[in-house]
Amino acid sequence: MTASLDILRGAWRNPRGRTGALILLIVALAALVGPVLLPDPLAQPDVLGAGRPPGLGHPFGTDQLSRDVLSRVVTGGRISLAVALLAVTLSVTLGATVGVVSGYWGGVIDAALMRLVDGALAIPRLFILLLVLAVWERVPVLALILLIGATGWFATSRLVRGEVLRLREEGYVRAAEALGARRRRIIFRHLLPNALGPLLVAATLGVGDVILLEAGLSFLGLGIQPPTPSWGGMILDSREVMISAPWTGIFPGLAIVITVLSANLFGDALRDAVDPRSA
Amino acid sequence: MTFAVALGLLFFLMRAAPGDPLFRLSADRPISPQEIKVLRARYGLDRPVGEQLGAFVGGLLRGDLGVSIEHGRPVTALLAERLPATMLLGGSVLLLNFTLGLWLGVRQAVRHGRREDRWLTTASLTGYAMPSFWLGLVLAWLVGVEWRLLPAAGMQDPLMDADAGWLARVGDILRHLILPTATMSIVSIAATMRYQRAAMLEVLRLPYIVTARSKGLSERLVTWRHGWRNALFPVITLFGLWLPILVSGSVFVEAVFAWPGLGSLAANAVGSRDYPLLMGASLLVAALVVVAGFLTDVAYALLDPRVRLG
Repeated sequence: MTASLDILRGAWRNPRGRTGALILLIVALAALVGPVLLPDPLAQPDVLGAGRPPGLGHPFGTDQLSRDVLSRVVTGGRISLAVALLAVTLSVTLGATVGVVSGYWGGVIDAALMRLVDGALAIPRLFILLLVLAVWERVPVLALILLIGATGWFATSRLVRGEVLRLREEGYVRAAEALGARRRRIIFRHLLPNALGPLLVAATLGVGDVILLEAGLSFLGLGIQPPTPSWGGMILDSREVMISAPWTGIFPGLAIVITVLSANLFGDALRDAVDPRSA
Repeated sequence: MTFAVALGLLFFLMRAAPGDPLFRLSADRPISPQEIKVLRARYGLDRPVGEQLGAFVGGLLRGDLGVSIEHGRPVTALLAERLPATMLLGGSVLLLNFTLGLWLGVRQAVRHGRREDRWLTTASLTGYAMPSFWLGLVLAWLVGVEWRLLPAAGMQDPLMDADAGWLARVGDILRHLILPTATMSIVSIAATMRYQRAAMLEVLRLPYIVTARSKGLSERLVTWRHGWRNALFPVITLFGLWLPILVSGSVFVEAVFAWPGLGSLAANAVGSRDYPLLMGASLLVAALVVVAGFLTDVAYALLDPRVRLG
């Protein structure tokens, strides 16, 4: 655990990492608190207020249904972040499990699992998700989270497997085995804590990827379903009014850019802290 | 082997997914149970799963991917028709990323840690954080509609003179190509730049670079002739990684710019829940990824005498 604290501290010392972390905190805070302070994004106060450009009262303007774009961006952020965090938690857990099983047990299990991963990696994640999600007329949020999570662990499992293969030859793991430590103890006390750094990096970078992926799916109509606001869905809606009301699409896109960029900056700083050679 | 696993996975996904590929048809208008039965029989959905897999693989070997529900035409014909446009777009993105991207990556490595290096990193990461469909929409609106500089959609001008020369036609396609290519490059060039930067940094640390410098060679000669030649090598692996990124990106960018390629075909197939078509497109993509990976390995072995194909 101290090792991962060191990594976090190292990333914090990196100016770009610190910027990323701070922006990410602000975004998370806005998503958490914002919906309470701002007008209800589903409320449509007046028909005459539709398509208003950014100005006083509506800093980001209003959309074609006279809804406040700022409050929709903030509420959409809450949903996008929640989906990303849950999906990434799931895929990191799956990746770590498969990686440890594959790396520590080896043999036939390892070979079978890694062939499966090879095959899965040959189909771009987007296409797997399109195929599965297309069966729903309206995709349930839970299914979206589970499926994004279930399709994101392939690369992580390889990473963890590699770490485990390296670590199990280390003296202290050998010593623990010689002392008769149980498998569970070796995995949870020796292998996983030492693979935590790369996992942390994968998770942070994964958050950015998943936000982009979810936005893309919503843009294709396969993600978060209207009227629930989502960043990708808002951009989809703005397609028809891009010429008359471009702000309805520009602001949700900027929200994605800022969030993903800060997640990636922080992820990079974490990676540099884990492996200083890559700096 | 990898492809066989991918194939099995795809089939499993298609069958395991909760739902019926035909529900879309019945959603639009009422269909009698008899009609559904006929349709199920036509698409082979009434037979046992094992038999369906057999029929599917058999059809695949004969180059038959079934019939598109939406278009009513063979999937292979549709895919073949749309492939050239996607290859044109993908090819120009690759060209741009592997010229400009490599050059910028080397520049960054040479100015390692200085302001230009940091600035380029931030800029490329910002592009990397952009959703391609959003950037595409913004560019189409700004450059295509507000400034009227470039066409914002399609691959050819529909109002083009019928007897225009080939030069005018090529020029027209190139003008249409600029915005989609720029969009895809901006969101993806960071990957090439970072890879090249890291590879170049490794090389610039080596003693022979110091030797070259101490011989009094010019910085340019040291960078490009001595350094880059060896730092280009690891970048080859990127080629294999590029394909999935390009194909996934093309789904969004082609849909935004109405580019008549595989990506917009797939995006439409999603909208109309055209399962055979979506499946065929995914299979084609998986096949391309496997082939690209193999070619990368071969190229690696040919260029590096230390690597042997095993």
